[in-house]
Formats: sequence, C-alpha cells, structure tokens
Amino acid sequence: MPVSFFKTTYPMPDVAEKTTYAQPDTRGRYGDYGGAFVPEILVPAVEALKEAYAEAKDDDAFWAEHRALLEDYVGRPTPLTFCDRLTRQLGGAKIYAKREDLCHTGAHKLNNTIGQALMARRMGKERIIAETGAGQHGVATATVCAKFGLECTVYMGAEDMQRQRLNVERMRLLDAEVCEVTSGSETLKDATNEAIRDWVASPEETFYIIGSVVGPHPYPMMVRDFHRVIGRETRRQLAEREGREVPDALVACVGGGSNAIGLFHPFLEDEQVEIIGVEAAGEGLEGGRHAATLYGGSPGVLHGAMSYLLQTDAGQVELAHSVSAGLDYPGIGPEHAHLKDEGRARYQSATDAEALEGVQLLSETEGIIPALETAHAVAALPELADALGENAVIVFNCSGRGDKDMETIAGGLASLAEKV
Amino acid sequence: MPDRLADTFRALRERDEKAMGLFLTSGFPDPGSTLDVLHAIDRGGADFIELGMPFSDPLAEGKPIQRASERALAHGATLDDAFETVHRFRTESQTPLLMMGYLNPVLRYGPARFCEQAAEAGADGLILPDLPPEEGALVEDHTRAAGLGLVYLIAPNTPDARIREIDHRATGFVYAVSVTGLTGSRLDDGTDDDQPSPVEAYLKRARHLVQENPLLVGFGIQSHEDAMRLSRHTDGFIVGSALIRAVRKWWDERDAPATERLEAVEAFAHHLKYGTSQSAPRKSAPRREQSAPRKDTLHASGPATAAGGR
Repeated sequence: MPVSFFKTTYPMPDVAEKTTYAQPDTRGRYGDYGGAFVPEILVPAVEALKEAYAEAKDDDAFWAEHRALLEDYVGRPTPLTFCDRLTRQLGGAKIYAKREDLCHTGAHKLNNTIGQALMARRMGKERIIAETGAGQHGVATATVCAKFGLECTVYMGAEDMQRQRLNVERMRLLDAEVCEVTSGSETLKDATNEAIRDWVASPEETFYIIGSVVGPHPYPMMVRDFHRVIGRETRRQLAEREGREVPDALVACVGGGSNAIGLFHPFLEDEQVEIIGVEAAGEGLEGGRHAATLYGGSPGVLHGAMSYLLQTDAGQVELAHSVSAGLDYPGIGPEHAHLKDEGRARYQSATDAEALEGVQLLSETEGIIPALETAHAVAALPELADALGENAVIVFNCSGRGDKDMETIAGGLASLAEKV
Repeated sequence: MPDRLADTFRALRERDEKAMGLFLTSGFPDPGSTLDVLHAIDRGGADFIELGMPFSDPLAEGKPIQRASERALAHGATLDDAFETVHRFRTESQTPLLMMGYLNPVLRYGPARFCEQAAEAGADGLILPDLPPEEGALVEDHTRAAGLGLVYLIAPNTPDARIREIDHRATGFVYAVSVTGLTGSRLDDGTDDDQPSPVEAYLKRARHLVQENPLLVGFGIQSHEDAMRLSRHTDGFIVGSALIRAVRKWWDERDAPATERLEAVEAFAHHLKYGTSQSAPRKSAPRREQSAPRKDTLHASGPATAAGGR
C-alpha cells in the first residue's frame, strides 16, 4: 500500500480532466461520487480486484476472449432495429431499438457476468456469489458459472423468491445455490447486503459478481466497461444505417444503471447527443412509492459507494418501489449521479402505468414485448420523438425482453383497464 | 477536555489489566432501557462503552446486531436519541464512550454537526466500520476539531504496511477484527498444542505493528476465556453480539422485574471481565463516587504485552 494512497481529500475537483471525459479518477471518483466505502476486511479484496482489472484492461487477449464469448455464446452483435411503425405512429424522430433483448438469457446482463467470470478465472477464484432482485442477474450469473464450471451462490430476498419462482427454478437448474434472504425488506437491497456479508466472510476464495454499475470501486467502472459494447456497436451500426455514428438522442432505463451507461458511455464526448435516462416513478413521484433515486434521493453511501440514495432525513435507506423489479433499487451507479450533476445526461421518470403503456406500444407497433424495465425507456419516446422532429434520430436501449414479466404485465394491464 | 479514553487505557496499563469494551445498540432492547443497560454494564466492569447507532443496512454485522438494529429502528431510534442517552450517561459516569455505526446516517446528519453534538453530549470517539482510511477525510477534520477519537479497524488479512498506516491514522485505539467475518462470528479456535492459532499469530503481528495506539480485539468473543485468550497480545477486548444476545434473552424470554434483569446484565459483564461471579470487588456506580478506583487486577498470562514504546 503506497503511503500516498491515504493522502486523499474528498471531494476532489478534477479540473484537469474537463476537456475529455475520463472518469473515474484513480481512486474511483466520478466527481464527488464513487469511492470504496467497505469494511477493512474487504479492502485487500477490492485492491486485488483493482489491480487485476487494471492489468486485464490493458490485455488484448482478455478483451479478445470477452468478445469471442459475446459473439459465440451471447449472440452479439445485437441488431439495431429501425422501428418503422413506431416511428410512423409517433410521427416524429426516427427511432431505433438496440436489441439487447436478443442476447442469451434475454437481456444485456451477460455482457457483464461474462466479463466478471473472466476476471474471477484470471484471479484464480472458483467460488462466485451474486445478488439478485427479480432474478435476471442471478440467472445471468448462474449461466456463466455453468458455462465456466464455477461454483455459484445467489442471494435473493425471500419476497422476491416468491414473486419470481421461475427464475429461482432457472438458477437451480443451472446448478446454482439460491440463498433466501430474510433480513430487512427481503428484497434486492437486502440480498446485496447479504452477498457483501458472504464476501466479508471469505474474501480470499470468493469473487463477487455485482449486477450493476454500483458497489465499491472498481466495480462501477469495470461493469461499465463490460457493457460499453452496447454503445460501440450502436455507433458502428448507426454509421451503416444513417451515415453518421451519432444519433440526436439516446434513451435508456435506469435502476442501478448498467444498460444505460453501456449505451451512453461511448457517446459522452459527443456533445450534440442528448442523453436521457429514465427512472421508475412507481406509483407516482409525489406519494413516495417510487424508485426515482436521482429525482427523489440525495447523496449518501450505500453498498460501498457514494451516490444518490433514497433515504430518510435520518439517513436510513428507504425502500424503493417499481412495478419493474429490475429498477426497484434505492441506489444508483455513481457515474449517473455525476452525469446528472454535470448536466451531461438528463434523467426523467416514468410511472408504473406509463411503463405498462410502453409495453403495449412497443408490442403492438413492433412485435417486440419489452421487459418492464425497458418499457420505462419506451415510455419516454412519444414526447421525445415529437420534440426532436422528423429529421432527428433516436436510439433507445431495448435492454430486455418481457417474457419474464408476463404475469405482472397481464395483471397490470387488467387493473389499468378497470381504472379507465 | 479530559481525555477519558487515553486516561483509562493508561490507568489499566499501569495495573497490567486488560480493557473491556462493551457494545450496545442505542434503542435496544427498547428506547427506555438503553441507558439502564449502559449503567449496568458500567457497574459490571466495562472500561469503555460502544454505543451502536442503528442503521437500516449494517453490512459488517452478524444476525444479533442486525436484529438489534432493526428493532431499535422499529422503535423509532434516532441519532438525537443516542446523543441524549450519551448525555444522561455522562452525568453519572466518566467511563469512556464511543459511538459506533455506519457512515450514511452520520453524513446525513452532517459530519461537522454530528461530531459537535457527540462531543457535547460527552462521547469520546467514533467508530465507522464502512469508513476505511482512504475515505476518512470525510470525517477526520471534524472528529479532530471536536476532540473525538476516530478508531480505524484492521483485519487478519490486512498487510503489515497498511496496519502501520492505520495505526498512524487512528486516534483513540486500533480495533483488531479477530476473524475474517462478521460481528458475532465463530472464533478461529486455537489448537491445544503449543502452536499459536492463526488468530493469535495475527494478533501478535498486529501487536508488533501497532505502536501509536492501544490495540483492542473484537468480533466473536463470547466468554471470559475467549477474552483472555485473545487479549494476551492486545490491550483489551470488545464484546458486542454476546451481550446483545444475553440482553435479548433477559428481556424477551424472562418475565422478571427490571432490577433483576439489570443485575443479570451487570453479572454478565462482570463475568466476562473477571471470570468470576459477582461477589468479588465490584465497580460501584457512579464511578466518580468510588473511593478506591481499582478494579480486580488482571494479569496477562501470555508473553510480556506491556505497552512497548508507548
């Protein structure tokens, strides 16, 4: 441990970095956010990961293997689908969908879990742990563990296990152990606590595969880097389709924010691109039952990083609420917090009802049933397409498919119909 | 401001006695009983107290402290309640008291305001297990300004150079986590041959490296025997989960008058420290009224542990 590592001030303005986007700094700060707020027991594990990833990052062979697996196993590159009927119906900007829903396991998740499994193997760790809310990240982790022959334990809240029985069965079929979490609210936040506690008890043997751009440095950076393929492919595909690499706007849903940062990151320096993240407004922003962390939260520390957080005046973490389990998290990745404060990205929200309408809209016009998470991004399209007008191009991240949500979607649409 | 913590460790060292720190969650077993339990453990022999500040997501805690925290929050426990408890405790006892908890409620309260309030109430220090030294700048200036100690932790997997750095950064004491695990974990028990157990080897190493502060060991200590074995190489020991479990048992499972419960807590603390039931000399409370401030003398049974170089 170099002595200088301790001599840090916080927050640290990074004036020299203004001209090009180069976040985070060496200590994992995105402006005022990020860092590594972990118990001392985890410091060596986090440091080891930081060093191992710094090496991997510069290792062409590492990325070649990641790319090969993304092609052979996940099915990348995913298409950039022109949504002609949706575009016509909305009568504004041209809309493209980046089809992460066509990835193996049905969402963008494997970009990350494959990357982290490669890191685990590189570091000689054979035991994997993960947290999961709805079970999508748990399934994606169990999937790569089966593929790589790694032992896998997934922590999942008792309430979520009830709600997402099918994903529990999937994980078990993939030979993962699913540990029921009965502490706190018995949802994603508590599953994350429990995964971190497991890691505290066996930091040497265990590799923790975090499911989003959250957690202590280097996780938010590493997970972002694994998902950046989404935005990079988009640039290439857009150049082929539209003769220009950059669209006028990018739209993605944001819970922890991994699919969004994966799409956004390769465009951050293209200042003409409007970048829009859509949070879950749940039952509405006023009532407090929502998951719009950037809108309704304030800076705080949870799960190892400083970021925005839904919290009480006393600094206790509040429960998030969203019809979409994948957005139902009281925190958000520190890079999104930074992009919000800098004004580089704009964050808005969509309610449960608007998301359900988004599911209908994309299903009926494009024959794509989106995940409820994704539907929050869809919900932002009508207004944006109208505002930008016909000559503009919008790319939204179609981050996952809706099969997993069919029960919720059917129930939700039925109760919407009743209200009308 | 008197440096109660330093004075206490100095006095104990002079008597060749191990310090006992006891942890209790503020608002546990219920808001009306916390202060009484603090006084009981103080009478029982606590040399310093850690008052836990409940948090919704205490990620270094095992089940007993997690549940105590949930229970206190369900009772509506706040930081201001904790300060009030400290203040009232301080009017009757000069036993050092540190506040222990997670960073977020402190940040939300405002680190400067928190430290002022804590110091004004009569707290002596702060322990934040999710604040490693790299991030310490968030509170260090404020603890220093308020005259509070800021305790950092070390663990069995902390490298030597880092232990030295942490010792240099810490004020009050250095908290040696005994196991790679959560509070209340099972201890890595020593074998009965002459080989030192891994935990003893680690504490011996820590003892050698920690030169600027007292060194206290905690996590997983359940009995006087555990305490004596682990504190051979340290200035003392800290017990949390075992006390929480005991308090919960007496409050939830025994139908007894409050005085009886508090006596049981006092006896538990006494036994932890002295290994004897409470007939021997006992610390009378409040301490400032004591005529003879000596406790039972505890002799270190291991190799010389006297504060070399301090």
